[in-house]
Formats: sequence, C-alpha cells, structure tokens
Amino acid sequence: MSTEHHLVVDRIKCDGRGLCAELLPELIRLDDWGYPILRPGPVPEHLLPLVQRAVEDCPVLAIALRRSERRE
Amino acid sequence: MRLLESPDQIAPLPPVGPGLIDAIQRSGLAGRGGAGFPTAVKWRAVAQRSRGDAVIVVNGAEGEPQSKKDRVLMGARPHLVLDGAFIAARVLRARRIVLYIGERHTAARDSMLRALAQRTEPERGLVSVAAAPPRYVAGAEAAAVHLINDGVATPTNVPPYPFERGVDGAPTLVQNVETLAHVAVLARTGAIPGTMLLTLAGGVSRAGVVEVETGTTVADAVARAGGPSDLPRGVLVGGYFGRWMKVEDALPLRLTPEAGIGCGVIGILPTSRCPVCETAAIMRYLAGESSAQCGPCFFGLRALADACTRIASQGSNAADLARLQRWSAEVRGRGACKHPDGAVIFLSSALTVFAGDFEHHQSHDVRRTA
Ligand code: SF4
Repeated sequence: MSTEHHLVVDRIKCDGRGLCAELLPELIRLDDWGYPILRPGPVPEHLLPLVQRAVEDCPVLAIALRRSERRE
Repeated sequence: MRLLESPDQIAPLPPVGPGLIDAIQRSGLAGRGGAGFPTAVKWRAVAQRSRGDAVIVVNGAEGEPQSKKDRVLMGARPHLVLDGAFIAARVLRARRIVLYIGERHTAARDSMLRALAQRTEPERGLVSVAAAPPRYVAGAEAAAVHLINDGVATPTNVPPYPFERGVDGAPTLVQNVETLAHVAVLARTGAIPGTMLLTLAGGVSRAGVVEVETGTTVADAVARAGGPSDLPRGVLVGGYFGRWMKVEDALPLRLTPEAGIGCGVIGILPTSRCPVCETAAIMRYLAGESSAQCGPCFFGLRALADACTRIASQGSNAADLARLQRWSAEVRGRGACKHPDGAVIFLSSALTVFAGDFEHHQSHDVRRTA
C-alpha cells in the first residue's frame, strides 16, 4: 500500500480567480476563460507543501487534496 | 407483454423481494433515461443503505427536446409505470415515492395522476408529485434530488450520490419511467419485454414513438416510422447527448443497451438540411442549457457554440476549426455534472462525420446572392 494525493476542484465553487495556477504552474494551467485545468495523475511528493498552500490560499476554497491508498 | 401495445390495467402487485434485484441483473436491464447504467447495480446500492427510509424518484422529466417516448408511455401505460414504482418501493423498503414529471408534459402528468387516484389508499399515501422545469439538465439525477429538496433543479456536486444521500438525505433511487415499466413487466411475467421505446425525429415520414424489439436495426426502426421522408444525410443517434453517424454506418446499427443509444432518439437529417448549421443550432441550445454554475461549462460551451455559429454563418475558417478541437478536449470532464461532456461528445461526432462540411462550409447567404 502506498498513499497517493490527487488535486480536486469543486467546479461549482471555483470562480476562476487563477491564484492556484500562479502558485502551482507545474500542476495547473488556466483555460481561455481563466479556469484551472489540472495535470492528470497524482501530485508528486515534492510538490505537496506548495499544494497545501494553494488549497489554503484559494479565495473561495475550491480546491482540495484527496488522499487515497493504492495497492501495489 | 410489450410496453405500449398492452392494455393498462390495475392488478394486485406480484409478491416481490430482494430476489427481484437478482432477476433484474440476469435480465441485463439498463437505464433507459440516457445514461444506460445497469439497473440492478443502482437498486442494490439503495437496498444496501435503506433502513426503511429510501425514496423512489420516478423520473419523467424528459428534458431532451427530441424525445417523446417517456411522455407517450406515461400517457398510455400510467399503471405500468406506477407498478414499477410501487415494486421498487417494496424491494428497496422505501417510505416515499416522488413522481418527477416535466412541467410542460401536462397530458402525461394528468394521465399519471388519474391512474394514481385509482390506486388504493396505502399506496397513494406514499406518493407526491414534483414538476421538473423544462430545462435540459433537470432530468439529471442530482438535479432531480436538488429540486425535490430545495426547489432548484440544478445539478450538485457528487459525491454524495443520490443513492447515498438523496431526497430528505435518504438513500434515493432516481429511475426513468421506461426503466420502471420494464421492471414491472419483469416482476409480473418473469421476463423483461425485450423491447425498447424509441423516438424517431427529423426526416422520417411519421415522426413519433415506436416500440421495437431489442436488436432491431436503425434501418428497420426508420421503416417503422414510414421510412425517410427525403434522402438522409446523417443520423443523430441518442439525441443531443448522442452522436452523429454516417447514414451507411447508422442504418445497420443494432439497437441494444450496449449500442450507446442514450434516451432512444433517432434523428434523421435530410439532405435538404445543412449539417453545420444544424450542429451550430444544437450547440447554441446546449450552451443555453448550462446551469451556469461551472466556468468551463458556462463559458466553454458558449464559446464552442459561437465558433460553430461563425462557421455556419460566415463560412469555414481554420482558426475556429482549431478552437473547436482544442476547446472540446479542454472542456470535457470539467463540470460538476456531465452536461459539458455530453455536449462535446456530440460536437466531436459532428466534426468527424461532417469533417468535409465543416472544412468547406460557406455562408448560405453568400451562396444565394452570388
Ligand atoms: S457542468 Fe454545466 S450544467 Fe452541470 S452543474 Fe456545472 S454548469 Fe451546471
């Protein structure tokens, strides 16, 4: 078993402030209307602290980090 | 026993229990509202969670503009649909049934209410009625639950799914009326009818609802509607959330639960109509039906519809064609519900099947005055 983290966006809450893409260009880019497009796949370990910050700093609290256990 | 061509009668409900879910599973019945989800899986999810508090939502919203089959069924066989609902209530130990019927489908609603008035009191007492607003997304499960709970027919984030926390916070089965009718026949006769209801639309001689054997080809279904009224140019299988197909690919297609025929609309595009203009009109409709809660859906579908419309009205251009491809890929999967996904799957099929038309489209006005 190993732990994986995935970013999830609450699409209803998100109103396209774009802060997350500034903090996390490695994982998030914006579409033509300013809404986040996530890079697919789990969050790399070394980015977790930055992701934590993005989660806390989103003005409308629309992003979350989901933990999941993965069997190997 | 077929769905439409049998008399609609009240008869005592057959004895049913959890074994019915196994029978549904063996029958392979899949939801007939559009998503085609296996019915047994849905019932089991609610059965496992019900503590005698489950809720059954009878989904007759029928928000797909071209579909008529749910209305026709509620009009012709209201008791069969009610049977399905009462059977579901017994098997899933429900304490409440909500008839969720499109507010413009007045004949269907009146038919259901008349039938309900003929049922016995303990049955009737379980049932209430809710009107589904005439919006495309109102038929989505989460939107139905949201309307019944809070009076707003917009989708909500899932999870929690309705089977986990639905109407009144209780485990809820939201099931299309035709699917419930199939279950009622199964419970009564031991077998599902082996038929499906289709709506034939567009360029056919007799547009409307037909009941065909599962496995019938699109060609035979079209023949049941009197055949094409004009040389067909393309076939839209599954309604606005379906896909365009070339005529030669569509006609031999066998209509089965696995064939991806959504809510069972078969739309024939006659040669006299322009596929690009038709696609643009449907995209404008779908953009307007976004519930405007999620940015990528609200802005993305609007932008896609605008680009389609520019190609339709001013002629093809490489920049808009490229945008259509890129935005279709980007918008997909980025709404709280499947509305944007359905719209871009539809659009992608148009861009594939009518690729030449999109590439070489000219403004019809220009052609006429030239
Ligand atoms: S994806 Fe579109 S239709 Fe669905 S909830 Fe979001 S805005 Fe509404």
